[in-house]
Amino acid sequence: MVEADRWSASLVQRNVSAEFPTNKVGFLIAAPLATGSVVSVDSSGSQWIYLILIAGVIAFGLGVLWWSKRSSSPLSETPSPARSVETSTAVETEPEEISAAPEPEPRGMRERLGRARAALGGALGSVLGRSAIDADTWDELEEALLLADIGIAVTTDLLDALRSAVESGEIADPESLVVALRDEMTRRLDGADRTLARRDDSGPSIWLFVGVNGVGKTTTIGKLASRKTVGGVSTLLAAGDTFRAAAAEQLTMWGERAGVEVVRGSEGGDPSSVVYDAVERAAARGIDLVLADTAGRLHTKSNLMDELSKVRRVAEKGAGVVTETLLVIDATTGQNGLVQAREFREATDVTGVVVTKLDGSAKGGIVFAIETELGIPVKLIGVGEGVDDLIPFDPSEFVDALVGR
Amino acid sequence: MFDTLSGRLEGITRRLRSKGRLTEADVDEVMREIRTALLEADVNVAVVRAVTNRIREHAIGATRSKALDPGQQVVKAVHDELIRILGGETHPITYASKPPTVVLMAGLQGSGKTTNSAKLASWFRAQGRQPLLVGADLQRPAAVEQLRTLGAQIDVPVYSAPADPVRVAADGVDEARRLGRDVVIVDTAGRLSIDTEMMDQVRRISEAVHPEHTFLVIDAMTGQDAVQTAAAFHETLAIDGVILSKLDGDARGGAALSVKEVIGRPIAFASTGEKLDAFEQFHPDRMAGRILGMGDILTLIEQAEQAFEADQAEQAAARLMEGEFTFDDFLEQMQALKKMGPLSGVLGMMPGMPKELKNAKIDDDDLKPVEAIIRSMTREERARPQLINGSRRTRIATGSGTSVAEVNRLVKQFSEMQKMMKKMGGGGRKGRKGRGANPFGALGGQPDLGGLEDLLGGAPDPLGGIGKSGRPGLPPGFP
Repeated sequence: MVEADRWSASLVQRNVSAEFPTNKVGFLIAAPLATGSVVSVDSSGSQWIYLILIAGVIAFGLGVLWWSKRSSSPLSETPSPARSVETSTAVETEPEEISAAPEPEPRGMRERLGRARAALGGALGSVLGRSAIDADTWDELEEALLLADIGIAVTTDLLDALRSAVESGEIADPESLVVALRDEMTRRLDGADRTLARRDDSGPSIWLFVGVNGVGKTTTIGKLASRKTVGGVSTLLAAGDTFRAAAAEQLTMWGERAGVEVVRGSEGGDPSSVVYDAVERAAARGIDLVLADTAGRLHTKSNLMDELSKVRRVAEKGAGVVTETLLVIDATTGQNGLVQAREFREATDVTGVVVTKLDGSAKGGIVFAIETELGIPVKLIGVGEGVDDLIPFDPSEFVDALVGR
Repeated sequence: MFDTLSGRLEGITRRLRSKGRLTEADVDEVMREIRTALLEADVNVAVVRAVTNRIREHAIGATRSKALDPGQQVVKAVHDELIRILGGETHPITYASKPPTVVLMAGLQGSGKTTNSAKLASWFRAQGRQPLLVGADLQRPAAVEQLRTLGAQIDVPVYSAPADPVRVAADGVDEARRLGRDVVIVDTAGRLSIDTEMMDQVRRISEAVHPEHTFLVIDAMTGQDAVQTAAAFHETLAIDGVILSKLDGDARGGAALSVKEVIGRPIAFASTGEKLDAFEQFHPDRMAGRILGMGDILTLIEQAEQAFEADQAEQAAARLMEGEFTFDDFLEQMQALKKMGPLSGVLGMMPGMPKELKNAKIDDDDLKPVEAIIRSMTREERARPQLINGSRRTRIATGSGTSVAEVNRLVKQFSEMQKMMKKMGGGGRKGRKGRGANPFGALGGQPDLGGLEDLLGGAPDPLGGIGKSGRPGLPPGFP
């Protein structure tokens, strides 16, 4: 039985790979059956039958899975012909407009993040109030970082570096400890490329927005679109969220407000073809930038992640090039954010992170972990509901807000 | 769901169980690991401190105890603590003595209020109620359209008007009275807990509609902020319960653990999928078992009873044990199993599943070619696979759009498994004639079930109530 366990385990781990001697298949059964064996259910009832059946059917099912995995064919790459793709043209976007709308003056993050800063500043305030560095100082620092969702691993790492500096006498008082922490955090965010890329040549660039449900992808695109031009070029919106009820309406409303064209498909339609059509339309009309929305999806749903990879591939089948794939992350997200970033990067080659809802009480520390652990730079942050509240990310102000200086 | 937390705790509890004696140093090490596990699961820092202190007290007590396996006692302390912080009993849903019963939904932007309003409406319908959805989210573009679309999908009427949200909510309740609907679910706009203006608005909505239940919708992926948000909403609205959304991901659900501890209100419902019926009442005791990796037998059996036909299931199970399980049986039971949701979900609820199996990515669609092959067989072939010769194979392969090699492999594996089943089932029967509620007695009796049994063996009460009548399969020494 132990042998069997190991078998079933290693088998699944390798994701039922090709090397799989048929005569061992039977062992697969062992795991679920052993399960049945230790489950005691009411002996008078017939409930155990269900357990046997489930175990049995699963065992049979898993046994035959391995080859079906192998024989599964890759997704079709060709975008299906546009299914009732319509364009809601609101206002004509004239090329002359390009220079007319300047980039909104980014008010400082410092000011916007005031509240988050106050909360964390409070936690660090008591650190600063001490005369010497003691055990409580470390506890309070750690707690402050953990509360900001920076995560236990990164927090421990940051504090360990400081601990050795304190032991060697480099740092002697709480004040310089906080300064050192701030400097270390800023240093770790240094040097990342936070520009939003576009093509140099003519032809549309595509920015694809991805993320889990409810993080604010559509709203982020809406805010960008409300500037009419992004970085001085004309834009077009692709309503690639064909799943959520009324998502396309939501984007269309943004488009109408902003006077930017929205290309949409039918609800439940193929998102790849919507994005493809949008890119073609942009190319035909000489529009430089396509902002493509996608349906929110949990990174654990492999079929939906495959769909997303396909959207990205198909987007480049025509005249366009995907120059940015932006992962939108809600500032309230906890440690799961790291897993999200990893999985989305795997599926779509994420080039940057957009942090939304930073104007609330959440501090968004998880993006510190995402950038420093995975090397995906934070590019934009959302600090309010207004269209001007989507601003470039400034590492030192972000850290200041976190560390409360 | 809750995977990482349960994964880590599993490791800790397994190690504890192998210890005869615990020293205080052991306890310190274990507590550090529990702390890390809880923090990585996004449990609030303050809650982690309180919880680990309490578990620690138990654990220190256990090091001095001689009566029972001390490791076992620590595991039990963790389990009890989990149930306690998850909220003890299932939150009861009551109805207003004078209908309609009003339910108010509140939460941050993007937490899932609109979707869960519809899911809740669908749940009330399943309880035999007549819900009405009221769209009072006039903030987010197209939020009302989204609610109308969802309402149409579940056949529940939706009321909304382009007016002040407080007014819309109040009118919605009047509308329900006029239409004779007995439950009203008011969807409100997402708001930040620090936005005083918006918080004041939702308070006025609440005062206008006098909700029987006020639910706070919280994203299962939320981090440390969940507690602050919940506390702020609770202060404004007097929250009755929490709806935990997006629990079908791999979020570790620490927010769930923290909120109950901080605002003293339980998790009432959990949303476990994108489909509108993927929504269930939250059972803290079962969830605690799930977190500790003990499976969730109660839910599994409840779902199985709905999915399988009792008679057929019994017969099929008997044939399975006799090694006479046919392709037909397989196909039929597979269909029933599918009704219980994705295979990976069902696997997660099975107790004692090795972690590798639980975390395996199983796509239900992978089984489609198998189904296609079986469906391309004739009735005789399904009952007696030995009939399948060369020409039949070609026919089956063509019919199912697969290759002869694939058909071959399926047939061969199927018969191998049948033999295997027969061996196990037959052995069980011989070894343990009296059945003793354990159809796999012979297997269970073996002391070396390794990880599997270890997992289950230490569970203080993996069945949470059903069938405590002895576990014949367990070696002596297990509780």
